[in-house]
Amino acid sequence: MTTTPFQVTVARLVVPVGPDDHTLSDGQVSLVEYGDYQCPYCGMAHTIVQDLLRLRHETVRYTYRHFPLTNVHPYADLAAEVAEAAAARGKFWPVHNWLFEHQRSINPRQLMVGVERLGLPSEEIAGEVGAHVLLDRVRRDFVGGVRSGVNGTPTFFINGIRHDGGYALEELLEAVDEAAEATV
Amino acid sequence: MSGSVSQSVPPTVLQAGQRAPDFELPDAPDHRTGTTQFRGRPAVLAFYPADWSPVCGDQMALYQAVMPEFERYNAGVLGISVDNVWSHRAFAEDRGITFPLLADFEPKGEVARQYGVYDEQSGVCQRALFVLDGEGMVAWSQVAPSGINPGADGILNALDGLTGIDSGRRPVL
Repeated sequence: MTTTPFQVTVARLVVPVGPDDHTLSDGQVSLVEYGDYQCPYCGMAHTIVQDLLRLRHETVRYTYRHFPLTNVHPYADLAAEVAEAAAARGKFWPVHNWLFEHQRSINPRQLMVGVERLGLPSEEIAGEVGAHVLLDRVRRDFVGGVRSGVNGTPTFFINGIRHDGGYALEELLEAVDEAAEATV
Repeated sequence: MSGSVSQSVPPTVLQAGQRAPDFELPDAPDHRTGTTQFRGRPAVLAFYPADWSPVCGDQMALYQAVMPEFERYNAGVLGISVDNVWSHRAFAEDRGITFPLLADFEPKGEVARQYGVYDEQSGVCQRALFVLDGEGMVAWSQVAPSGINPGADGILNALDGLTGIDSGRRPVL
């Protein structure tokens, strides 16, 4: 047991991307985001990540994981559970996108409106969310994030190393391109 | 090791193996709390520069969200800054923080000085973490640059070390 000199600590992803994860594209650079559906910074990052995936879809494999800070964002857990309920029906990404596009109006009623608009069974999902059937799944993402050094949202990991730079499109592009060159 | 700070020697951060000075500070206008309430179980002391950090990734708000993990180790958490109890109360209400936020307010920074984590230039606590064992000894400490939220992974790893839970048996993961 020691005093850790903070400067030499490199935060690394301790939970590798696996079959339970929500992943887009299949490039060689892994970009993992820990986010919260009610966090406005994650809302901004969402459009940036979409642009990034358009520009680098052959390079990047993107994974989204839940990191709801419920004491600050009261419906963030609920939104993540709804996204997981949709995932169980093969509709994670449509609901994920809807949540970020409507994040200012997220509340229990609006969540069900969104679910219905996307053609999902709202009563069934309301029942699952009410019984917190999927809360453990969300919690697992959260704890894995804490263990990996996620210190707020959004936090990105590029090839398993925490990206401590900014997440403007140019900065993410540069970081992803650097990682791609390093893996060649 | 008394933990007191000599006038002539620059203060150094308390290290693993040193006794943590006991203290009590106000966490409310009519209430004080401190290290002695945690005898027999681990304590996490989180010194931080100021209430009202303007980002979602605020360190104290994060620790509140991580509280169920700290509780698996039966660990108590104390946040400490030089803000007064009224600021702490408003901050805690705004961020949904229920663990005690202590006011190292008068004499200003006295406890932070004892732990070697008072920033004399800015007049605030450094961003410093201490994990104490059940006997009040420092098991682990870390000082982060003030602009960087150190997260909770270091704390949880230190608690693993204290409670003998190896990485294969970590809670949840």
